[in-house]
This record gives sequence, structure tokens and C-alpha cells, in this order.
Amino acid sequence: MKSLEELRVIRERMQGTVAYRSEHESLEEAVASEHGKYRTHVLVCGGTGCTSSGSQKIRERLDEEIRKNGLEEEVCVIKTGCFGLCALGPIMIVYPEGAFYSMVKEEDIPEIVEEHLAKGNVVKRLLYDETVKGEDVLPLQETNFYKKQHRVALRNCGVISPENIDEYIGTRGYEALGKVLTEMTPAEVIQVMLDSGLRGRGGAGFPTGMKWKFAAANEADQKYVCCNADEGDPGAFMDRSVLEGDPHVVLEAMAIAGYAIGASQGYIYVRAEYPIAVERLNIAIKQAREYGLLGEDIFGSGFDFDIELRLGAGAFVCGEETALMTSIEGNRGEPRPRPPFPALKGLFQKPTILNNVETLANIPQIILNGPEWFASMGTEKSKGTKVFALGGKVNNTGLVEIPMGTTLREIVEEIGGGIPKGKKFKAAQTGGPSGGCIPTENFDVPIDYDNLIAIGSMMGSGGLIVMDEDTCMVDIAKFFLEFTVDESCGKCAPCRIGTRRMLEILEKITKGQGTMEDLDRLEELAAHLKSNSLCALGQTAPNPVLSTLRYFKDEYIAHIVDKKCPAGVCKDLLQYKINADKCKGCTLCARICPNGAISGKVKEPHAINPEKCLKCGACMEKCRFGAIYKE
Amino acid sequence: MLSKKSAVPFRGTKEQEEELLKVIEELKDEKGALMPIMQRAQDIYGYLPIEVQKIISDQTGIPLEKIYGVATFYAQFNLSPKGRYQISVCLGTACYVKGSGDIYNKLMEKLGIVGGECTPDGRFSLDACRCIGACGLAPVMTINEEVYGRLKVEDIDDILAKYE
Repeated sequence: MKSLEELRVIRERMQGTVAYRSEHESLEEAVASEHGKYRTHVLVCGGTGCTSSGSQKIRERLDEEIRKNGLEEEVCVIKTGCFGLCALGPIMIVYPEGAFYSMVKEEDIPEIVEEHLAKGNVVKRLLYDETVKGEDVLPLQETNFYKKQHRVALRNCGVISPENIDEYIGTRGYEALGKVLTEMTPAEVIQVMLDSGLRGRGGAGFPTGMKWKFAAANEADQKYVCCNADEGDPGAFMDRSVLEGDPHVVLEAMAIAGYAIGASQGYIYVRAEYPIAVERLNIAIKQAREYGLLGEDIFGSGFDFDIELRLGAGAFVCGEETALMTSIEGNRGEPRPRPPFPALKGLFQKPTILNNVETLANIPQIILNGPEWFASMGTEKSKGTKVFALGGKVNNTGLVEIPMGTTLREIVEEIGGGIPKGKKFKAAQTGGPSGGCIPTENFDVPIDYDNLIAIGSMMGSGGLIVMDEDTCMVDIAKFFLEFTVDESCGKCAPCRIGTRRMLEILEKITKGQGTMEDLDRLEELAAHLKSNSLCALGQTAPNPVLSTLRYFKDEYIAHIVDKKCPAGVCKDLLQYKINADKCKGCTLCARICPNGAISGKVKEPHAINPEKCLKCGACMEKCRFGAIYKE
Repeated sequence: MLSKKSAVPFRGTKEQEEELLKVIEELKDEKGALMPIMQRAQDIYGYLPIEVQKIISDQTGIPLEKIYGVATFYAQFNLSPKGRYQISVCLGTACYVKGSGDIYNKLMEKLGIVGGECTPDGRFSLDACRCIGACGLAPVMTINEEVYGRLKVEDIDDILAKYE
């Protein structure tokens, strides 16, 4: 078991090494700074995004080439968590220069090793182009993607090795836990959380300090701290990135929470779809136990706390707090009515708090830097930063952490680098299946919990999907309803039946069989679902429909009255046509058509028989003259 | 939702059963042990046929109907075996707006099966999944452990040809 003093020794030994991988005034200063054993640190992203684009092979090749060049004693390769800029993966960054190599290919590695790592000549050709300005190599922090970001929850992601507890300690890790256990009473810890204004990052935005206060007030022989890592919103992956890139911060925060409410046992409920996160959590828990940072009598304070991992099994509803606890208990993950709230009767009928991963990732920093520091960021009622997973039709897809109150325009245009192929922005979807679509007219609204609700969406867990003119808003509403129909647990009738009825109406509309009365019926059903469903899944399921109806009613009307899909998505409303001026009569399309719907003579314009056309799009894909279009 | 019953006869081995019994012995006294046991059982057998559920029920004393209820509630428990190559197409939002629906339809057409099924030769099974978190590479599908990103419909034939 490590004492606070031993922890300090590790920190002093490690902090130079970790700080080496950050900003320095000049390269000379960086080179001169303390950097542990190795003069050059090569950080390769080992998050899910980059692993999917092949970073494992990059790492193996790096090791091989470094050995070949005899650099093992001078250069180290570190597998980190997510850097955020997943669109450019696989990503690697070399310190002290801070050279940012993007979309690295295996065959580029020998050149990088021989030129850069051995001789010190940065291979500019292979750097992320935004970091190259003439002869200079700019630090990553000056690129558009990173400039406006402020990393609190993600501060260690892409900086430290998540599988090395000493590196976490080098970034003042477990210092907050030490401070709490030796210098503060539980009531003081809760007061700090209240003063910071931190609100739950999982969706609803309930003040974290309040949650802790309620649970602390309830007497019981056993209480529990649960971490909700069942990140189910499609398109949101910040929790996964924290778990993959900085797992110890979650363990430390849970122990702090345990001390504050008087719990000795924690559970992390994590999606089984996140194998890398699960593996790193297991490693982190093992290391923390070895160091005595989990277990009995932590820092000799008499406080015991341990954590167990539970894997989800693919049920979206288990992100709901009561369903999650029911699932940990080993049952079908169905929600139950509240009250009693979990703070009174939660897991195994004992007082329980449940915090989301990103929420927890903020907590050690709040303890160390003080609640005023945290409250100085953000808007009046939403403090701190929020991580968004930027995806969809935007150039820089990835993870961004920005102060609350940043506008959508800044996120999409500056950080996201705008829409690909010069297309027009149409809407951004936040909050996943519980949220809504934000149109251009709200581009300049500062994003925080309350503003998003006012414009008909919600923060949710922070997925932010950008949509352009080619996205049909009725189809998107239908997509989310299909999701909720699939994921509705079936326990309560309004959700089980209501979502299905709404989906049927949307299917009717996208087939061109809708009537204007259907729109009223949708709104009526939505009101029933909102007021009568048992849990948040059903209560928020109508949001995607309501928000698209609010801002894009003309698209619904186009489907119903004109029988047209303006974005060209809904197949039943489309017709493929041939532009006679462009068609050369090459007969390719007629030969490709699986249903013989295209006819015409050689070297004469062809035509499509709409009766036979299956709308598969094969002809349009193959036409070399761009003569086939749909409307 | 498709039927979760299996038409394939159960071919569990003695070794598998012994391994499962060991797992149950190790976990059964933990609080809320049922799901971890079922997850490990699925790792051992590849799926959770009724025969395996019966073993769990007999050993833990948990009623079979409860085990069946849990098995059918969660998408990850399979009551029928999967193909040698398991294809999952991500239908999360980021992938969907980038056209993963077309990829999914194309696969169903090519393989002649619908989502949740396995080809008769046992080669491929196809499932839709929700967000694997590789949104930066959308649209994405996975075949066993291999991830294919930035997919186009035209790529499908070449990719499938790699799996015999």
C-alpha cells in the first residue's frame, strides 16, 4: 500500500516525463526540459477510432524500425487514448517537436524513423497540413480544430499511457483523493461539488452535488457508487474515450464520491461493445489495488473502497438509471418508477448515486483547483466544459471539448472545418434519440443545458451530428423512432405502443401516403408519450419528431402534399430519370439494370420505365456521363 | 425482431460443460451474478441455447424462465449460433447519415439473408449494430474483429470475397 508520501515521490519522478509531451515556449526549452529516460516520445493513438484505422500495425512497425535503427534507448513509443481528431486517424505525435502526423500509413514508418527519429528532420510532407506553415511546424494547439478547445475531462487523453498508473500520478493523479481523505470531511466535499455547479453530463443535467447530498443524508449499512458507462446514444463516444485514454480518473472520482456519501463499494457498468475500454479499466483497477488506492484503509485514513466492473449486454434502456441498477442486479434491464429515487433506494435497495463517466472525469480537477475555478467556465447555469462527439457531414469528425456557451457556428464552422464538398448546412442533431435537430436559425445560440431545451433539443450525452442538404429530416425522425421502437423495453404501454404508432405514421409519410391529419396525430401521440411514459426513454422519444416538425414542417408537407422528398432520400418518392442531352446511348445502364427497366437504341438517349424501376440506383452509380439523376 | 430460437441441434462438448461449471462455481455467490455467468457461458459456447440455460438454472437455482427472460432482453445474447464470419453494420446516427443503410441493404441482397440470420452454409451472419464509436470513419462495418471504415457500396464485393 502506498502512502501519500510515496505517491508524491512517484509524481515527482513522473511529472517531467508527462509534461514533456505538452506545450513549451521553444523547441530548445522543450529539448532541455526533463524528459525521463527517453529523448523522443512517440505517441500513437490506441483509441477505438485509430485502432479501427490500423494504429496497431503502425505501432508494431514503429517498434521494428526503431530496433533496426538502434534507437531503443533513445525513443519510446507510447500507446495513448484518443486525441480527438478521429477523421485523420491513425494519428501519431512526436515530442519534443510536437509534430503531428495524420493518416499515417505503414509504409511511411521507415522514412519517419530514419529521417525524423534518427536525424531530427521532421517529415513535413506527412504532417497534418494545418500544422505546416512554410518552413515552420505549428503546434497542434494552434490548428482550428484545437484552438477553441479547453480540455478538462479529456486533459489526459492522448497525453499519457492509460495502462501506466505512474503516468496518471505524474499528472497529479490520486492527489485529489489524498486531499479529500486527509484534509476534508464528507460534508466539505459535497459543498465543493455544490459550489462548482457541476451538472450531470449523461443527459439530464442534474446537479451532481445535490445527488451526493441526498445520498449522504440517507442512513444505511451499505451504500453504492455507480458509474454509468453504458454510453448508448448512437454517435456519442466521449465516455469511451475517457475510459480508454484516462481510466484512472474515473476510479479516483468514484472513490471520492464513495467517501462523500459513505459508500464502500462501486460498480462500473460499461458497454460490452467497448472491448478496449473494458480491458484498460481492468488493468487500471488491478494497478490501483496494487497501490492500495482501492481496497481497505486507503492512505491509512480508515476509508475502504473497491470497484467492480459489470458489462452491459446491448440494451439502450440500461443507460437509464433505474434500469441500469436493475441490470447490475442480474435482471432484465427494465426501469422502475421513481420515487423512491436511487439516493434512497437504489442498487440492491440501498442508497446509491449514479454518475456518468464524463461527470466523474471533472471531479478530481474540481477538488484540486477549487470550485471557483470550475464555475468560472461556462454560462450562468451550466458551468465548466462539455465534450461533444462531432460526426456526420462535417470535415473534422472527432471529439471536441469546449466551454459551455460556445455556439453551434463555432463548433461546426471553425472547429469542425465546415461541411464537406461545399454542401449547405441544414441542421445539427444533439441528444441522440432523446434530442432534436437544431436548424441554421439557431446557429448563434450559446449551447448549454437550458438553451438547448428551449430550442427543442437537449444536451444528452453530447453526440452532435451535422446534417447537410442531402439529409431528409422526415427520414431522420423515422430513423430515431426505429431506434426507440427497437430499444423500448416494453414494460409500459405508452412507450411500447406509442413509439410504434408514431413510427407507422412516419413510414406512411415517407411512402407518400400521409395526410395532413397525420401531423396532428403525431403531435397528439407525442404529448401522450411525454406525459405518460415510465422513464426518460419514452418521455423523450418524441423529441426528434417534434423538433423536425417545428423547424422543418415544409419538408413533411412536401412529402404529404407534393409527394416529393426534397433531399432525395425517401425511395418511394423518387424517380430516376435520364437527361437526354447528356446520355450518349452507350447502353451500359440498360445492361446493368437488374429489372430490365431501361431501354433505348445504341447511340440514342435511353429512358427508364418508372413502372419497372426498383430505384436501386445501380444505373446512376455506373453512368459515366452523369446523365442519370433522381428527383 | 426475429425469432431467437435455434433450429440448429445443440453440439456442446463435455469440456465446454466442465468449463461452464467452473465459471458458475466461481461466480455464483456474487451479488447479481446471473449476467456475468451468462456472458461467460456465451463466450464458451458462442451462443446461449436452451440446453446451456438449463445448466445455469440447475446450478444456480435461478428459474429457467428468468434466465430465458434475461437472454431475450439483451441484444448481445444469441439463442442461435452465428456464422464463421460475423458481419455487423453500424446503423448509428453518424454512419446512417453517411449511408450505412445502403451498405446494410446491399449486404442483405448479396447474402440473401436478413439481419439476425446466418447464411445456410454457416459462412456469414449479418447484424445491424448501434454505434461502435468509430464515427470518424463512418460508415463502418465489422467482420469478426476486422473494422472496415469509409465504406462505399461498391467495396462490398471485394471485401466479402476475402472471407472463404
